[in-house]
Amino acid sequence: MRYLPKSDLERREMLSAIGVSSLEELFSQLPAEVRLNRSLAIAPGKSEYDIIEYFRDRGLENANGYDSFLGAGVYNHYRPVLVDTVVSRGEFLTSYTPYQAEIAQGTLTTIFEFQTMVCQLTGMDVANASMYDGSTAVPEAAMMAVRLTNRDKIVVARTVHPEYREVLATYSQHQKMPVSEAGYNSQTGKLDLDDLARQLDKDVAAVIIQSPNFFGVVEDVKQAAELAHKNGSLLVFVFTEAVSLGLLRPPEEADIVAGELQSFAISPCYGGPFAGIMATKEKFMRQMPGRIVGETKDTRGNRAFCLTLSTREQHIRREKATSNICTNQALIALMATVFMTVYGKEGLRELAEQNLSKAHYLAGKVKPHFSGPFFNEFVVSSIGRTPEQVNEALLHKKIIGGLPLKRFYPELGNAMLLCATEMNRREQMDSMAEALA
Amino acid sequence: MYPADLRYTKEHEWVRVEGEIGTVGITDHAQKELGDIVYVDLPKVGSAATKGQTFGSVESVKAVSDIYAPISGEIVAINEALATAPEKINEDPHGAAWLVKIKLGAPEEIKQLLSPQDYQKYVEAEAGH
Amino acid sequence: MIKKVRSHINQNEGLVFERSSPGKSGYQLPDLDVPAVDAKQVLGAENTRDEIADFPEISEVEAIRHFTRLSTQNYAIDLGLYPLGSCTMKYNPRVNELVARTEGLAWAHPYQPEALSQGAMEVMAALEAALGEITGMDALTLQPAAGAHGELTGILLIRAYLESQGNPRKKILIPDSAHGTNPATAMMVGYTVENIKSNDRGMVDTEVLERIVNEDVAGLMITNPNTLGVFEQNIGQIAGILHAKGAQVYMDGANMNALVGITRPGDFGVDVMHLNLHKTFSTPHGGGGPGSGAVAVAKHLIPFLPKPRLQKSGGVYSWNYDLPQSIGRVRAFYGNFGVLVRALAYIQAHGGEGLKRATMDALLNANYIRAKLEPYYDLPHKAPTMHECVFSDDRQAKHGIRTGDIAKRLIDYGFHPYTVSFPLIVRGALMIEPTETESKDELDLFIDAMISIAKEVEETPQLVHDAPHSTRTSRVDEVTAARKPIVRWKK
Repeated sequence: MRYLPKSDLERREMLSAIGVSSLEELFSQLPAEVRLNRSLAIAPGKSEYDIIEYFRDRGLENANGYDSFLGAGVYNHYRPVLVDTVVSRGEFLTSYTPYQAEIAQGTLTTIFEFQTMVCQLTGMDVANASMYDGSTAVPEAAMMAVRLTNRDKIVVARTVHPEYREVLATYSQHQKMPVSEAGYNSQTGKLDLDDLARQLDKDVAAVIIQSPNFFGVVEDVKQAAELAHKNGSLLVFVFTEAVSLGLLRPPEEADIVAGELQSFAISPCYGGPFAGIMATKEKFMRQMPGRIVGETKDTRGNRAFCLTLSTREQHIRREKATSNICTNQALIALMATVFMTVYGKEGLRELAEQNLSKAHYLAGKVKPHFSGPFFNEFVVSSIGRTPEQVNEALLHKKIIGGLPLKRFYPELGNAMLLCATEMNRREQMDSMAEALA
Repeated sequence: MYPADLRYTKEHEWVRVEGEIGTVGITDHAQKELGDIVYVDLPKVGSAATKGQTFGSVESVKAVSDIYAPISGEIVAINEALATAPEKINEDPHGAAWLVKIKLGAPEEIKQLLSPQDYQKYVEAEAGH
Repeated sequence: MIKKVRSHINQNEGLVFERSSPGKSGYQLPDLDVPAVDAKQVLGAENTRDEIADFPEISEVEAIRHFTRLSTQNYAIDLGLYPLGSCTMKYNPRVNELVARTEGLAWAHPYQPEALSQGAMEVMAALEAALGEITGMDALTLQPAAGAHGELTGILLIRAYLESQGNPRKKILIPDSAHGTNPATAMMVGYTVENIKSNDRGMVDTEVLERIVNEDVAGLMITNPNTLGVFEQNIGQIAGILHAKGAQVYMDGANMNALVGITRPGDFGVDVMHLNLHKTFSTPHGGGGPGSGAVAVAKHLIPFLPKPRLQKSGGVYSWNYDLPQSIGRVRAFYGNFGVLVRALAYIQAHGGEGLKRATMDALLNANYIRAKLEPYYDLPHKAPTMHECVFSDDRQAKHGIRTGDIAKRLIDYGFHPYTVSFPLIVRGALMIEPTETESKDELDLFIDAMISIAKEVEETPQLVHDAPHSTRTSRVDEVTAARKPIVRWKK
């Protein structure tokens, strides 16, 4: 087998050094009743070419060459070629967690850059080396707020991504962390600040909002923060479309930011792996979960980077840890770091402006359902037909339409969520508009 | 070896009693075990301390040690200097690096603390295991 | 004598921000084919930002050099052995990288029509089936993003099941040899943790277990083989003790690399377990992630699995959300699909027989190292080793040298260190897991290095104490990094 670098001769030499005569003796201590006495019922090993063909066939059974107007937490953006060039280097791809700083400065330096860029984008003081994804960063932020305030309730806006709210519910069910939802204004599509105010009491640890929200609408972050802070609660700011940070005002009033960087050169890949981020104010740093890279010097006085503040983490604190998280999405975060480096200050802004223009061109033809300002996503209601019917017609033109919203927001009936990015061409948007007419 | 005017606990804290105030810190043995101290987590002034319960922690790079209150009472002062210079605990654990001052809530607890000689014996016995 | 490495000059490289200069750029977007809109007008001036202060501004050339230079400062599997215990740092097959980038799979949106996602769903179904066969369990969820995430899922499943039986119970038993994620996870599910001391053979003490298992115990989290690389001989009895009192057995699958093809957790009484696809199933560590923590369950836990679950009807796959007893979602969407592709490709490359051969080579490599190093390093636990062995630094400690120092000296010999000071039940632990993808040459170089260092400890301990000497970065000041954390660059 091509991944097993030993000849039978070498195996015999090694068995002899060990003092046994067969490989089977190496597990003879296993009680007979637990031994598997047959082969695994898995097809024989395939050649490389067969494997490639298998996955090519699976790929062809999926949509290929379709244009898409889906967003809703996962976005189609160009991936600079440099991204795969860099992450394919064996020194990045096949390296381990950088616990041994002397031989992991490559990884540590890029994580330090990543943390810096996340702070620059979000207006926070400190960021960690990434979380699994945006959806799991949210409950981690909620738990962090609970620890910081010694209160236990969470109020989350209904305009936060529905699946993110489901994850929050799963995590909070056994943590004595009751979660309530604040509704949205049916005209603007924004969080209903009055409904939020009604739910704030002395037990609320955090208010969680997303902007642009699931409907694509830009929230009144400042006002929400004021309400939260007046109540002694923290504001947790969530984002799913990282490109928006190229143009939208960073959430400086937030206490904790939890978000998703999939837009930054991370393939949609049927839902994962992605890279979540958490960032916060300096005074809250020690309560933030996840790995953190810090700057220091080595014994010769040279600048060096290392994992730091490890005492927050599970391998030391064990049951008193800030979280059970062990991994960070290092390779995925590196993709985002390369993306941010390639686009840079001007590029990210131009990218965001293109997204804004594309979506507003489309909106100009189909009339958004909500009146609130939006970035690259918005809701439309189809009149007289279901979104499914609209999408069916579009599929004939090899276009995947928007996300029907009834499954998440039944009160919105025939509405669907459309997203237009720099990848959507004018002709496709014209087709979309026609289909909705 | 261990200052005569202090009393000690098996969790390696010390207490200096002056009138109704007990000054608390961790012992030289404790700081040696921890290595370079990087951070100290102390309770808020005004909070209550209960004998035998944790009220803070001391961290080195690779370990955390809970600090257990040797006596009960109200925290009336914390050593702010440790926030920026936690290494003081390594340098002067029995003096300048006191952690908190507690207004004694139950003075009879003092009798339950170890004398310097008994603490010394305890540390030596522990090391022998 | 150091045989594996010798010095070479490699490029210095600072931070990308230090190279930035206004106007430099590394990108070009296609022209806008629609009218440009004024952001301030459309969003409101109060919602738009100024420039992203100090964000990078460099050219493509500098970007490639920046990352390439930095990469040369890393050690990696592609360069040599990582003897890290319980990490299973095996070769990351390159065909896996190619197939993960198959266009129809890499660009699949999780919300695209199911009719246009059958390929992706088939991949997940095939992986579920293969992992079910390998573990001997009845069903799987591929949702969890990592091992610790899988643990959380598993304990949530246990709690949901026990609740359905009328009483969620109060505590989880965890051996003192366990990984730190185990107790941290138990707390997140509202359980308290009770530690069980291992017996003198480093295994779970069944007499102690018998005494402490009662109706307050929800379950036991066990790693098998344990973190000493030793198979829990009494696993059948252990499972029996727990099941007799209605408690559940959770197995941390981190050490599955010792078991594939020779035994199956489902056959020895495990109720729920997680797998680390980034360990046993070769998906790349990538400097710290992504992972994937597939969770496998016995039949009685199926109703509680995270939703949605993959189902097939009339030859067509779909996602089933109608699961009233489900614990809910543990993350958005379906799982780390890109990682799942790689794991399936790995399984396909080996096939059933190949997977067993891989396991046997993993055992061979670990036992070979153990036999060769036993004369030089203390081996506190003499039970048969499976895929990893754990030495103690007792002998070297007499010369003032600890496991951490030996590990640093190993770097000078061209290797990544083994796992230092874990498990906690061994004093000054040296935990070594070579995996099956190491050649005899590489192992012999490692053994040579460790023997040479053992001699150095006796003859020139200072050399070991101050190691590493030949790296471009010497030991870093972790103390200052923790006392005065600087976690971002500032102008």
